[in-house]
Order: sequence, then structure tokens, then C-alpha cells
Amino acid sequence: MVPFTDEIGMAIRLTIELAALTTIILLVLGTPLAWWLARSKARWKEVIAAIVALPIVLPPTVLGFYLLVALGPDGLGGVLSAFGGARTLAFTFEGLVIGSVIYSLPFVVQPIRNAFEAMGERPMEVAATLRASPMEAFWRVAIPLARPGFLTGAVLGFAHTVGEFGVVLMIGGNIPGETKVLSVAIYDFVETLRWREANILAAGMVVFAFLVILAMMLLERRMRQVAP
Amino acid sequence: MKPEDELSGEDAGAIDIAFSGRLGTFDLDIAFRAPGKGVTALFGPSGCGKTSVLRSVAGLQRLAGHCRLGASIWQDETRYLPTHRRPIGYVFQEASLFPHLSVRGNLLFASKGKAPREGEALRRFEEAVELLGLTALLSRAPDTLSGGERQRVAIGRALLSDPRLLLMDEPLSALDKETREDILPYLERLHETLAIPVLYVTHDMAEVERLADHLVLLEKGRVRASGPLSALQADPDLPIARSRDAAVSLAGIVCGFDADYGLMELDVAGACFILPDPKGHDLADPVRIRVAAGDVSLCREVPGATSILNILPVTIVMARAINEREMLVQLALGHGDEKARLLSRLTRKSWDNLDLTEGGPCYAQIKSAALARQ
Repeated sequence: MVPFTDEIGMAIRLTIELAALTTIILLVLGTPLAWWLARSKARWKEVIAAIVALPIVLPPTVLGFYLLVALGPDGLGGVLSAFGGARTLAFTFEGLVIGSVIYSLPFVVQPIRNAFEAMGERPMEVAATLRASPMEAFWRVAIPLARPGFLTGAVLGFAHTVGEFGVVLMIGGNIPGETKVLSVAIYDFVETLRWREANILAAGMVVFAFLVILAMMLLERRMRQVAP
Repeated sequence: MKPEDELSGEDAGAIDIAFSGRLGTFDLDIAFRAPGKGVTALFGPSGCGKTSVLRSVAGLQRLAGHCRLGASIWQDETRYLPTHRRPIGYVFQEASLFPHLSVRGNLLFASKGKAPREGEALRRFEEAVELLGLTALLSRAPDTLSGGERQRVAIGRALLSDPRLLLMDEPLSALDKETREDILPYLERLHETLAIPVLYVTHDMAEVERLADHLVLLEKGRVRASGPLSALQADPDLPIARSRDAAVSLAGIVCGFDADYGLMELDVAGACFILPDPKGHDLADPVRIRVAAGDVSLCREVPGATSILNILPVTIVMARAINEREMLVQLALGHGDEKARLLSRLTRKSWDNLDLTEGGPCYAQIKSAALARQ
């Protein structure tokens, strides 16, 4: 077993922190968004849905470029970071979190929206006839019934954030312990001809990706069994 | 055609409903009052707007109009209570149980999932579970239940939300015929024990005959007639009385037995019916019978030897020709003010041969075997 160098350990820790934080934020933001997309009768909701889905088709470098501008000293990021006494959100961990949230949003929102839509109107109607307020019905009926969608969304959001490269490179750069995540580290190792380290990380990612896909498939099978 | 006299004024819990609005291809304009006790059936063909009326009473759908239960106003020009603030129980056509909860969890949903520990709540829970035969199902998951079991849980769940009005939207129509026959006795028991009024939507006359006390006949978004079930069933001017399987439902009290032959005697408005007793009733049990218009024949005098056990003196209230060949005759049965109404369908030839007149006396003959319940 090759010992983990500090550099590798740091990259792994940073990646997990970034992915976990991003997933949590996405679940908090994505749930009301998915609910609105599933329930609203507004005609322009598909416009919002398209905007949410944009990162799926956009080249990550394009997204990264605009994020860089937005997060930089002349963008919104400059204004926000001024509260903390900094000049910019670019090339910071916080900047990476914002970028990852936008980049992975569709992968979390879509499965949750699908789950809310598959549920139909009836369970919420039943809950209302049993004296549950809309908020109570949401917590006691909609969330539990959409659980498979939440699991899929969380797994996809986490895995997708772990695998992101283009956006990170554009807005995060390569600062060890701050913005140097796994995918960037692998790139870096190859650039500097440290094939052994690159291999360790790459192989680790293969195993990780396999486990994620396996978990997803098992989940989906369970979903089908639960569905009536 | 407005036999609503019994509803005037003093019924404190009466249901008062008026809705209007556009529904798909037709205009709905419905207003009726229903008593604050017993089962009121909303009867009509598919697509006549009856489910929309029920959903509007529940606040699941919004139509212009008003909706009142006794003194409490759920909807009028200025007010609109959301569904969760209306003290209703709603049974949908499909049981719609929550799949993530056990039977017990479904039953206790309205009480926030907390099991009743003592007193009134516990007594009500046990009563409902017992009445609907759910004891053995409590820890099961909904997807392991049969269709009939699921619908019984749904009824129990609605009852345990402590409603002041129970709304049932064709609760049996999604079930096969056999399962329907299994559930009907539960509903009949419910009917006997329930203190709150029920609005029951159905397009099946057999359910109306067995469960309803009051009937609202709907046709293309309008109320065709509304009143006590027996009055509407026996009204020769209404299509339900003119249909081939027209019948009246009569409520009686068991008043005697003929044990040798397995027969019982039933007191209906003072008249005595004899019919088979396959269930082994007790004295003074309430029993509802269905008397089909086609099973009632008339004669001027009490006949001699006959196989027919029920030969009852009646008064002819009115007679209508339904076509060139057949007549529909409404008969009053029994003594006192509470006369029961019967319908008899006979050929015009028989009517002419017997030389009967409206207001005159005669005898109605009903085969006991025709009164036997399945």
C-alpha cells in the first residue's frame, strides 16, 4: 500500500468537504424549487426548468468563465466578500461551493421533481381532508413519498461535485488545502509526471464511481418495489 | 315534486349546499338541503357533476356558491375555508392509503400519528377498528392488503379524523362485484351506528337502495329531485321509478319468527311482511327490505289458495301509464300518518280488468321469496 502523501490526503478531504457541503445546500435549495416545478401551473415554469438544466449541456469552462467574472472583485462576489474583508470569492473554498451548487443543481432538482410529480395530487388531497395544513402535509406525506427521489438526487449531486473539473479549474485554481480538489490534483500529478500518485487517485475514483452507480441501481430497484 | 317538508327549519345540523359553475362541457347549477343525520345519496349517471359537488363541499375544488353545515359556514360570498379547516371525512374512489405508513399509521394520521392512550380517543379508535374488521390488519403495509381491505382502512381513517360530515365518493365502484358485496354489510353497520350525516356519491342504484335515507337525483349538472329516499323511489314521474328494475326500500323492525320455515315477520309502518331470515335476526332488529315494482301484483279481494304469503291491504295513491302496455301504480301501506309507499308495475290490461281507481282500496301481493336478500 502506498502511503497517502499530505497532498493526496488534503485533496481527498477537501473534495469530500466540498461535495458534502454542496449536497446539503442543494437539498435545502433544491427541494422547494423541485416542488414548485412539479406543482406550479405557471406557464413560464419550463423557462426556469430550462435555466436550472443549463449546466447539463453547457461546457464547464463556459460556466466557469462567467462564474469567475461574477465571483471576482468586480462582480457580486466582490461585494459579498467585502463583508468578510476579502476582495474576491474566486480562488476560495466558498467560491468553489457556489460554483458547485450551480453546476450540480439539475442533478439534484430533477430526480426530486420527478418524484414529486409521480406522487400525483391525491396524497396531498387526502392529507388535507385529514386536517393536515399544506406545510404539515408536505413534511408528513410529500417528503416521505419522494424519498427515493431525494436519495437519487443526493447521490448524483455528491458524485457529480466530486467529479467536477472544468468549473473548479476556472474559478478555484490550484491552491492546496483551499481549492485543490481530487480531479485537479490528478491533472496536476500528470502535468508534473508523478504518475504513481495520479494512478492512486484515478483508481480510487474508478472504485468510487463504481460504488456510486451500483448504489444507484440498487436504489432504483428498491424504488420500483416500493411503488404500487 | 319537492317533498322537503321534513327538512324545514329545526334540523340544526342540516347540510345546505348551492354550487354553480362551468364544468367541462356543461354548466353545473346545483342547490339542495340534506338532513343532519343519515345517508344522503347523490345519484346520477357518470359525468353529471356529482363528484364535483362532493369535492366542492370538501374544498378540494372551488365552485361559486355556498356550503353550510348547520350553523357553520364553510363557503359563502365572503368566506372560503381551506380543506384542512373543514371538519370532514373523505373517502375517495380509490382507497388512496399512504404507502409509507402501516394501516395503524394511516388510521392515526389525523391524530398526528400518536396512538390513543385513554378515554374517548381510545374508545373511538377501538370502535372503528372493530366495526370495520381491521384488528388483524393494523401492522400490515397498505400494499399487502386486498382492494376491499384497503377501502375499509380508508373509511376507518376518515372516521377517525373526528368528522362532522362524512363524504364518500363512489367508495365501492373501484372494487369487483364480490368485494363490493363484502363491504356493503360494513357500510350498513356504519349506517346504523353513525351519528353524523353522510353524503354518498354513487351511480349504482343498488347501493342507494341499501344505504340511503335521503336522495338527491342529479341530471347533467342540475338537481332533478331531492327528498326522502322512499318518496322519490315511489314517485312515478321520476325516471328511477319508471326504470325496469325500479324498487322501493322499506325500513322495518323484526316482530316475529316462523322458526319451522326459517321465516321472520317484519313490521313496516304497521303492516306485517313475511320473508326468509337467512341471517338469524333477533327480535326488534332493524331490517331494510327492497320491494321491486315488478314483484308487486294487485287484486281486489283476498285470494283463496295462493303461494304468496304477503297479501297486504293498500290504498291506490296514483297510477301512471309508462307506455301503451304498462302502468305504474303507487300504493300507500299501513296505518297512521307514517304510511309506507309501494310501487307496482302491471300491464294496462290487468289494470283495466280489475277496474281499479286512484284513492280506492285493494290488496298488494308480494312473493316472500322475492324479498329474500342475497
